Amino acid sequence: MSVGESITRVDAVQKVTGQAKYTADLAPKNVLYAKLVHATIANGRVLSIDGGEAEKVNGFVKLVTCFDVPKTQFPTPGHPWSVEKAHQDVSDRTLLSERVRLYGDNIAVVIAQSSLAAAKAARLVKAEYEEYAPLMSAKEALAHTEHPLHEEKPDNLIAHSHFTVGEESYEQAKAEEPDCLELVKNYQTQTVQHCHLEPAQSYAYMEGDRIVVVSSTQIPHIIRRIIGQALSLPLGRIRVVKPYIGGGFGNKQDALVEPLAAYLTTVVGGKPVMVELSREENFTATRVRHAIEFDTRALVRRDGTLIARKLSAYSAQGGYASHGHSIVANSTAAFKQLYRDRKALECDAYTAYTTMPTAGAMRGYGIPQSDFATECMSDDLALMLHMDPIDFRLKNCVQAGYKDPHTGITFYSYGLEECIQKGKKAFHWEEKRKEYAHQTGDIRRGVGMAIFIYKTGVYPISLETAGARLTLNQDGSVMLQMGATEIGQGADTVFSQMTAETVGITEDRVHIVSTQDTDYSPFDTGAYASRQTYVSGMALKGAAELLKKRILDYAAEVLNRPAEELDIRQNNIVQAKDGDVLLALAKLAEEAQYSLKHSVHISAEYSHHCTDNTFSSGACFAEVEVDIPMCRVKILRILAVHDSGTLINPKLAEAQVHGGVSMGIGYGLYEEMLFNEKGKPLNDNLLDYKLPTAMDSPDMEVEFVQVEDPTGPYGNKALGEPPAIPPAPAIRNAVLNATGVAVDSLPLSPQKLFEHFVRAGLIKEEQGNV
Amino acid sequence: MYDVQSVYQAKSVQDAIEALGKDERAMIVSGGTDVWVQNREGKHAGLPFVSIHGLPEITGVRIEEDGTLVIGAATCFTDITASPLIQRHVPMLGEAVDQVGSPQIRNVGTIGGNVCNGVTSADSAPSLFALDAQLKLQGAMGERIVPITEFYTGAGKTVRAHDEVLCEVRIPKESYEGVYGQYIKYGKRNAMEISTLGCAVTVKLGNQKLVRVRIAYGVAGPTPLRCFEAEAELVGKPVGKETACLAADLAVQAIRPRTSWRASKEFRLHLAHELCTRAMEQAMEKAGGKIND
Repeated sequence: MSVGESITRVDAVQKVTGQAKYTADLAPKNVLYAKLVHATIANGRVLSIDGGEAEKVNGFVKLVTCFDVPKTQFPTPGHPWSVEKAHQDVSDRTLLSERVRLYGDNIAVVIAQSSLAAAKAARLVKAEYEEYAPLMSAKEALAHTEHPLHEEKPDNLIAHSHFTVGEESYEQAKAEEPDCLELVKNYQTQTVQHCHLEPAQSYAYMEGDRIVVVSSTQIPHIIRRIIGQALSLPLGRIRVVKPYIGGGFGNKQDALVEPLAAYLTTVVGGKPVMVELSREENFTATRVRHAIEFDTRALVRRDGTLIARKLSAYSAQGGYASHGHSIVANSTAAFKQLYRDRKALECDAYTAYTTMPTAGAMRGYGIPQSDFATECMSDDLALMLHMDPIDFRLKNCVQAGYKDPHTGITFYSYGLEECIQKGKKAFHWEEKRKEYAHQTGDIRRGVGMAIFIYKTGVYPISLETAGARLTLNQDGSVMLQMGATEIGQGADTVFSQMTAETVGITEDRVHIVSTQDTDYSPFDTGAYASRQTYVSGMALKGAAELLKKRILDYAAEVLNRPAEELDIRQNNIVQAKDGDVLLALAKLAEEAQYSLKHSVHISAEYSHHCTDNTFSSGACFAEVEVDIPMCRVKILRILAVHDSGTLINPKLAEAQVHGGVSMGIGYGLYEEMLFNEKGKPLNDNLLDYKLPTAMDSPDMEVEFVQVEDPTGPYGNKALGEPPAIPPAPAIRNAVLNATGVAVDSLPLSPQKLFEHFVRAGLIKEEQGNV
Repeated sequence: MYDVQSVYQAKSVQDAIEALGKDERAMIVSGGTDVWVQNREGKHAGLPFVSIHGLPEITGVRIEEDGTLVIGAATCFTDITASPLIQRHVPMLGEAVDQVGSPQIRNVGTIGGNVCNGVTSADSAPSLFALDAQLKLQGAMGERIVPITEFYTGAGKTVRAHDEVLCEVRIPKESYEGVYGQYIKYGKRNAMEISTLGCAVTVKLGNQKLVRVRIAYGVAGPTPLRCFEAEAELVGKPVGKETACLAADLAVQAIRPRTSWRASKEFRLHLAHELCTRAMEQAMEKAGGKIND
């Protein structure tokens, strides 16, 4: 037995001792450094670039400008390629751009012998521009189309989608239910960044006519395809290597600097070139989370029955399409999946180009945004109805057996209601709500909660395919190669556990190759969605079963007994019926390799095309203390209860929740990217961009409701992204409970709370002498 | 890698003064927690640097015969907080500098650098203003003492000459004996934070009345500042919440906060009032004042 045990991470010692190698550790000594030159306007066109001063810098090698690079447009998002043109990603990028679409857009690059020389020279490159007004929100970009950001989209609109649930329209439902209460609200979420510790970086060099790119990526096989598209090269001439990476959270589910690194080595005769982004560049020149604005209406009966909702979601894309409309489309799906409108749900979603940093995938893929909207709405409706917010949710939330009417995704293992009940009890919800009902004074407390639903993989919206390979070593241990990637989440550890479980060996006999190298690793689309333990786990299970069968077939030959009577347990070939040890697996493995009679290399490779999906869910509870005059929220207690199927490694699962809750706290109270009126970023560093520190993080409580999922390879389903989803609205709802003030946009920063508290009459404004 | 022409580690203050005198572009650096961060952004690029890091003659905390508390300018924040003399005589200062950045920053960042950087958000500044700190500067022309209230001339600007080294931060005995104080820093988070607004209050009580008051702010104007008029008006007022509120009412008349993307003027003004009220109450309590609701 290995699945279900909290074994130590297989990479723990390497990572804490510094043995683990990351991209920058692997760069050869003679590597050249590339430094990007970024536009100093948010919207316009580069007229000319002058590199005269830059060339004088000692160590300068080459300046490549937007006028020099191929005009080939390519897509960047880490989606499996669609062979159907209509479903292919938007190809709107070039390696460098003459058309400036955001402040900091990449207009040139300097190659030099050291990173310092490259940085110095890059600062000396001068550019002349034709400048247009910045477009800082989706609504603004849709209203101002004099200078569309991309010719292909003259209205700045990337896409508009629409869906409905129910036979009738919102207006019909409203007409039929004159006694209903209506809530009209605008909810807004902000732009945040992943802030993984290791900024985006890649280096590339040539081997003959092939280009090798070593990169900090979540998706090596997809990156290989994108580089081929960007450089118009056949995929076989590109090799991508992914070593250990210092976090990704979705940012590295995108081609960031890889195509440029691959191109740059070709202009310096195949010498290695490193493109290493600074923290500041990582904020503006990689990807961010989409800021989404929701215009909503909701109808409820006085008994709390949700009758109908209607909403429009406006998603700010930034300068380039990246994951584009997929995000807001996924985002709005949560409205239909999480709650039951008895009569109608009408949903419109718009994605518009803006002159902001490009938004892409980030942990939760649009759901943290819509969950803020749905969960604020639930509390706002409950307040309007004088109803307990948990009772409102239980009356209206998704039920067991739910099947999405459009995608067919089914909630096979339902644990949501149990999560709510478990959290409610552990939090002493009713007592606390009573205790905090009538507070006065400057310091007030409150409790709030939020629920969520999240699909595990991307089927049927995208292809789900994965591969795994196992090779039996002569000592009876196995080598494990996955196409799926370890990005800090613990994938290598849970894959090792799955292998041990299915083959019948102990985890110490499983050696996982952590690096993916597209020259020899199995194919997998990579670490994104919350798919790997589910989808890649299916491929691994197939490979492990195949390996086991091959081992037992050989054992049958050696032992001269039918394979059906044999099994592998604890590294031994045993008699299946009673577990009697017949032969050590190590002995058998040695025999198989070196036998003079019948030498066999026992291995197994398996690819799996997954055509299923399932939902995870959960609830987050928060208790806060609000210091009204100081406009500060202190989290006294936060509890996350997750319905994630069978846990492969409970300790790692808990750690996954800690990380997600921490991200959710940042989303709720602290983090936001700020820009001046010209679209220039103001806080593109970790001093001014307020990630919560250890001093801001309360103890995080974690509970699980383990309902085995029949479709998961080991009863498991999504847990990677979900923990980041509900904390922000839970905190917002706790502040509402404490103060009676409903804040409808994120984050609940001190400045914003000040303005709300002044408006609510909780703070009297000072006059001073100014 | 940093863009420098050279970094010269001075052997003494005198040596540093001479090195600075030789090249008008030369820049002084101590802990480097501001200078090297700025250099990475391309500021002071390619300059010669003169380091006074760890010079023993300007490191450490001591008391002179007349009771003046002397803090060497190159003393790092961690050592100031840990100093028994600081803990005994000016605990508020030890607490204030313990709110700078992170433990790593506090292990190298120095009080001299914090002051000479000239920024209004320096965590040590409001407390030093409220403790009547005197700054001893040494240059080619000799020594001089400048009251901290006269040290700052504008945002990022001070009276320190190019080849002058700040050697000592001096706190007179009468400014700490029987004096109790409180500094409150307001930031958006609890660590790794630049002050949105900071307020330091010191009081001396006699018969449950204020006999001496200092109110100082950081980030309430282009430089740290004292509220002299408010202080004068508060002398003789009885200990209590009402006086704390009056202090805040008066203090905010002296400040000129501005709107920036970090906080609006209105919010800073509100905070200035709230922080002063709270700091005044806490200082009075520490001084043995009885505050009733």
